[in-house]
Amino acid sequence: MESFDIHRGLVAPMDRANVDTDQIIPKQFLKSIRRTGFGDNLFDAWRYLDEGDIGKTQNERQLNPDFVLNAARYQGASVLLARDNFGCGSSREHAVWALMEYGFRCVIAPSFADIFFTNSANNGLLLIVLDPGAVDSLFERVASPGFELTVDLRSQRATADDGTSWPFDIDAERKQRLLSGLDDIGLTLACAPAIREFEAQRRQRAPWVFRP
Amino acid sequence: MGGRTLYDKIWEAHLVGERADGMSLMYVDRHLLHEVTSPQAFEGLRLAGRAPWRVDANLATPDHNVPTVRDERAAGVDGIADEVARIQVQTLDANCRDFGIEEFAINDVRQGIVHVIGPEQGATLPGMTIVCGDSHTSTHGAFAALAQGIGTSEVEHVLATQCLAQRKSGNMRIVVDGALRPGVHAKDLILAVIRRIGTAGATGHVIEFTGPAIAELSMEGRMTVCNMAIEAGGRAGLVAVDDTTLDYVAGRPLSPSGDDWMAAAAYWETLRSDPDAVFDREVRIDAGTLSPQVSWGTSPELVVDIDEGVPDPGALDDPIKAEVASRALRYMGLEPGTPMTQIALDKVFIGSCTNARIEDLRIAAGIAEGRRVRVPQAMVVPGSGLVKRQAEEEGLDQVFIDAGFEWREPGCSMCLAMNADRLYPGERCASTSNRNFEGRQGHGGRTHLVSPATAAASAVAGYLADPREIAA
Repeated sequence: MESFDIHRGLVAPMDRANVDTDQIIPKQFLKSIRRTGFGDNLFDAWRYLDEGDIGKTQNERQLNPDFVLNAARYQGASVLLARDNFGCGSSREHAVWALMEYGFRCVIAPSFADIFFTNSANNGLLLIVLDPGAVDSLFERVASPGFELTVDLRSQRATADDGTSWPFDIDAERKQRLLSGLDDIGLTLACAPAIREFEAQRRQRAPWVFRP
Repeated sequence: MGGRTLYDKIWEAHLVGERADGMSLMYVDRHLLHEVTSPQAFEGLRLAGRAPWRVDANLATPDHNVPTVRDERAAGVDGIADEVARIQVQTLDANCRDFGIEEFAINDVRQGIVHVIGPEQGATLPGMTIVCGDSHTSTHGAFAALAQGIGTSEVEHVLATQCLAQRKSGNMRIVVDGALRPGVHAKDLILAVIRRIGTAGATGHVIEFTGPAIAELSMEGRMTVCNMAIEAGGRAGLVAVDDTTLDYVAGRPLSPSGDDWMAAAAYWETLRSDPDAVFDREVRIDAGTLSPQVSWGTSPELVVDIDEGVPDPGALDDPIKAEVASRALRYMGLEPGTPMTQIALDKVFIGSCTNARIEDLRIAAGIAEGRRVRVPQAMVVPGSGLVKRQAEEEGLDQVFIDAGFEWREPGCSMCLAMNADRLYPGERCASTSNRNFEGRQGHGGRTHLVSPATAAASAVAGYLADPREIAA
C-alpha cells in the first residue's frame, strides 16, 4: 500500500452529490483481471463524448470539453473536492485504483460511502471528511485558478497558500496505517495464533459452519 | 448494561480480538467469490506466497459476465464471445482449481447469481458472518447473518486470514408496521424506505428490519429488502430468525441435519434483538400506506408512487437537491408533471440479485399469463440454474414465452450490463434490479426501478403501469 504523509497539490472540484462508483469507473472496465490500467477511464462516461471500452486508447476518444476535469486549469490535479456520499453504490475497488492512477492522492467531501471508505484506506487514498460549511468554502476558493492545498496527515490539517487551514479528524488506526503504508494482511497475520484459537472454539460451538 | 441488538450478538460471537493497530478482527464464516472482484485478490496471494486460510469457507461462481443467451451459454466458458469476459471467467475457474476452492462453474445447474445461490445451497446460514466482493452481499442478512460487501483488498485479506479488520458500525432499526396491500411487494417497501431516508440514510450503520410487515414477508421478500440496504447506505441489513427462516433453511445441501440441526436451531432462535436493546437510530414506516413505487431519477432515492407524476425540481427548497433532480431529469429525458404511467418503455428486465428468485418469477408470471408484451424487448433472467429449473417445472417459462418475454440463462445480466444484455443510448427500461445510476444498464440507458409485479404489468402495457390495475 502507498503511504501518505504530506502532500501538496492542485484541487479540482466535483460539484455533485452521490457520485457513485459506476460513474467513477463504469462496469465495462471491470472485466480486466489487472489492478492497473483504469486511470484513463476514470469518470469515463462524463469525461468522453463517445462510449469507452477496454482496449480503446485515449487518443481514439473524444474528450467532453464541458467536463470539469478536462479543463486546462485542472490538469495535474491531485486533490478532489466532492459532495456528500461520494463513492456510493458498488463495492468495486477499481474506483479507488482509477482515482489513484489518474493522480488523486486525496478526496475531500462532507461524507463518503462505507465500502469506498474502507477500499480507499486499503490503497493509501486519503479521504478527508469536513463539515458541509467547510466544503462550501473550499468550493468557493477552488473557483480561483491554481488553488492548491497542502495536506498534512501528521498534523491532520489541509492548508491553503494564504495560510487558511482546515483541521480534520481521522481515527488513529487509519492514520497510522496510512503513514506507515503497512501491509494490512501482515498486520492481521501477526494475530494468527488468536485466529486459530478462535476458530477452534467456533468449530466446537457452531460445527455446522465448517464443512467436513 | 442494556440489552443487545441482533447485530451486537453476531458481532460479539465473531470477535477474535484486537490487532496491534487497534482494529477489531472479525472472523468470517463464509466467503462467496465471483469472477469480477477476485482475480486481483488471487494474484495478490500468489505474489505474497500466501495460501487461503480455510479453503472450505469459500464458494465461487461466475455470474456478472456470463452470457444469458441459450446457444452462447451452451458452448460453456470457451464459447463466451466477449474475449475479455471469457478470460475473466476462465481466470476464476483456474484460480478455484489452483487453490482448491469449490466452484459452481458456468453450466453447473447450481450456478447463478452469488446472492441467490448462497441461500439456495444453505451456504448462507443464520448467525454467520458472510462476505463477498459485491455490495449486494447485504442480501444474506435476511437470514440473520451479518453479511457485508467488501473490496478486492479485503477479498484477499479474508482469503489469507479468514478475518476482516473492522470497526463496529452503529445500530439502526427500521420498524415496518401494518401490512402491505395487494399489488404492493417487498421491492416497493424497500424503495419507499430509501425514498424516505436517502441513499446515505444508513451510512455507518447496520440496519435491522423489523415489525409486523417484515414478519409477514417470505424469505424471498426479506432478501429483496436486505439486498437494497446498501442502497440506503447501510453496512448490512438484518432480519431476526423466525419459523419462516428455519423452514427455508431446513434441508438445504449445506444446512446442518440431525443433532447439529437441533443445536443450530436452538442457537438461531436467540438471534433477535433483546426487548431493551438500544438503537442509535430508528425509523418507522407504515406498510399499509404504500403504493407500488417507481424510480424517476438516477439514484434509488428518487422514487414516487406509480400513480404520481414526475416531480418538479423547482419545488425543492434545497439547492443541491434541486440541482441533482434537474440533472437526473435531463439524463432521464423526463418533464416535470408527466404522469409516471404515461412514460413509454423500450425494454423490461426481470432479474438480478434483488428480484430473480422463484417467488419473483411466480408474481411476474401471474400478471403476464394470457397477456402480450407491448415493449420491443422484455426478458426474464432467473437468478440461478435451480430457480430456472423450478420455474420450468411449474410451467412459468412457457407463460413468459407465450406472452412474448425472452426466457434466459441465469446471471447478473442487465442489472449491470457487463455482458451483452444492455440498454442502448436513450433506451428506457422498467427493471427489477437495484440501481438506476447513469449508464448502469448501458451507456446512456434510462432505468426505472420497480417490483416484479410492476415490471410485468409495464411489459404488457408498454408503459410504466400499476400492477393493481392489470391484475385480474
